[in-house]
Amino acid sequence: MRWFVAVGLLVGLVSFGCDGRSVSMPANEEQVGSDVSPRGSLTLTGSSTVAPLAQELALLFERKHPEARIDVQTGGSGKGIADARSGLADVGMVSRSLKADESDLTAYKIAADGVAMIVHRSNEVESLSREQILAIYTGELANWSEVGGADRPIVVVHKAEGRATLEVFLEHFQLDNAMVRPDVVVGENAHAIKTVATTEGAIGYVSIGAAEAEIEQGEAIRLLPLGGVTATSEHVASGDFPMSRPLQFVVRGTPSPLARAFIDFCQSEAAHETIESQFFVPIVH
Amino acid sequence: MKRSSRSSSFRSFIDSAFFVACRGCLVAAAILVACVLVFLVRESWPTWQRIPWHRFFTDSGWHPVAGEYWLIPMIVGTALSSGLALVIAGPLGLGTAVFSRLHASRRGAWIVDRSTELLAGLPSVVFGLWGLVVLAPWFAGSGSGQGLLTASIVLSLMILPTIALTASAALRNVPAELLQGAAALGLSRVSIMTRVALPAAWPSIRVGLLLALTRALGETMAVVMVAGNVASIPTSLQAPIRTMTATIALELGYASADHRSMLFAIGTVMMVLVLGMVWLSGPRRADS
Repeated sequence: MRWFVAVGLLVGLVSFGCDGRSVSMPANEEQVGSDVSPRGSLTLTGSSTVAPLAQELALLFERKHPEARIDVQTGGSGKGIADARSGLADVGMVSRSLKADESDLTAYKIAADGVAMIVHRSNEVESLSREQILAIYTGELANWSEVGGADRPIVVVHKAEGRATLEVFLEHFQLDNAMVRPDVVVGENAHAIKTVATTEGAIGYVSIGAAEAEIEQGEAIRLLPLGGVTATSEHVASGDFPMSRPLQFVVRGTPSPLARAFIDFCQSEAAHETIESQFFVPIVH
Repeated sequence: MKRSSRSSSFRSFIDSAFFVACRGCLVAAAILVACVLVFLVRESWPTWQRIPWHRFFTDSGWHPVAGEYWLIPMIVGTALSSGLALVIAGPLGLGTAVFSRLHASRRGAWIVDRSTELLAGLPSVVFGLWGLVVLAPWFAGSGSGQGLLTASIVLSLMILPTIALTASAALRNVPAELLQGAAALGLSRVSIMTRVALPAAWPSIRVGLLLALTRALGETMAVVMVAGNVASIPTSLQAPIRTMTATIALELGYASADHRSMLFAIGTVMMVLVLGMVWLSGPRRADS
């Protein structure tokens, strides 16, 4: 009961906050020279993976340019593409590469999201093939001895429905979520890492940035290479790591000066800390 | 007298102001609860309209993105974990209360009461973290240790203070003449406890147990961290379970459209459930 009241209040407050913001948005967008502080309003829609990052970056940007208002809405990459095309949004957010029939839009890569398999540090298995990982996640392989490890049951750690890492994982392995036979379902990367670190037979998948940060803290996990490529932020940034995807902004035609300024800001050094804090990998231009 | 009449009218002003303030608080609290309920129903409306309710019982699994909405595992998981938590914490809580009220020295009772209050004040995420890194590996065996048993134990620790403190207060309120009378009749300590004190305190203890159960039903963060969260019906004590609140916490941030509305529907079901339990836990006419 108490919990519901708290959530109700919270949701109320959040929606109130959002309303207040969209109401106070100035309606007209002025054309200004690049030497003047950018002003006006900018609407972003699209990927729910990119949205939290864009929101954080927008707050930073607004602090630097008090005259600018940036409104971030979610709805999936498809909506980002459609809204950028129709002009409903100034900038679309997309968490995949553009398809061939989307070449009418210009893409600006902001960051990359790499997901890698993790196992307990004591696990002697050095790498797993694509087929082995598929067999493990669909329940056909249930013991580490079947893939060259110790005689120990495999504990499959999976993500909850809707998580971005889950989508990357399912897409990379061309898996239907209903086929996966998990032993533990987790939400956050940190939860997945703690579970694998405390369970010798566990296998899971997390954002590479999160795993690297936790390994540095001494957490008992190990990143597995994928397709012969070691799982590092560098390999995600260079595009070599197979289980990854770009996080991009898309614009139709020439971006407005404000959109241009925001995109430049998101691609600059100033955005790196925010990008890394959300366990994404910044792109060095 | 002029002076006393002024002071009495002042007193009546204070009284009526106090009355209005109290009533205002009551109305505000009631409106807030009603708002939450209205909000939940409004957000979940598409689900109630579009999805025939029998699908919650007959779909083949919980895959909301693919339009599969099997709710049974979550209802079973919530009921089992809360029920088991009450079975574990009930005797422990009652035992703690009986000890601190009737057997312990003044100093001993003080220590027991203060540590129970400390347990009540710990944030749930601390219980969850402890369950995840300490308790789960203990029960792990060859698995992860995250499942029904671990979740129930963590929950039982969280509801133990509610049970112990309400039972303790209830026992304290048992009239002394009842206990003295029983002692004068030559009853043993055990008999005084089981035949006189506990039956006299039972109505309040029952309310405490039901309050504890509603806390267990609503607890979210700690359960998410230790329950395993697989939406299937558990076949053993070690098997993972998924509770209704865990589903909301795990998926709400990433859900859109029908999926989101479905999560609010789960919230509505939870709220109705808890309202029903609170109504049940109110004093019965025969008790008062």
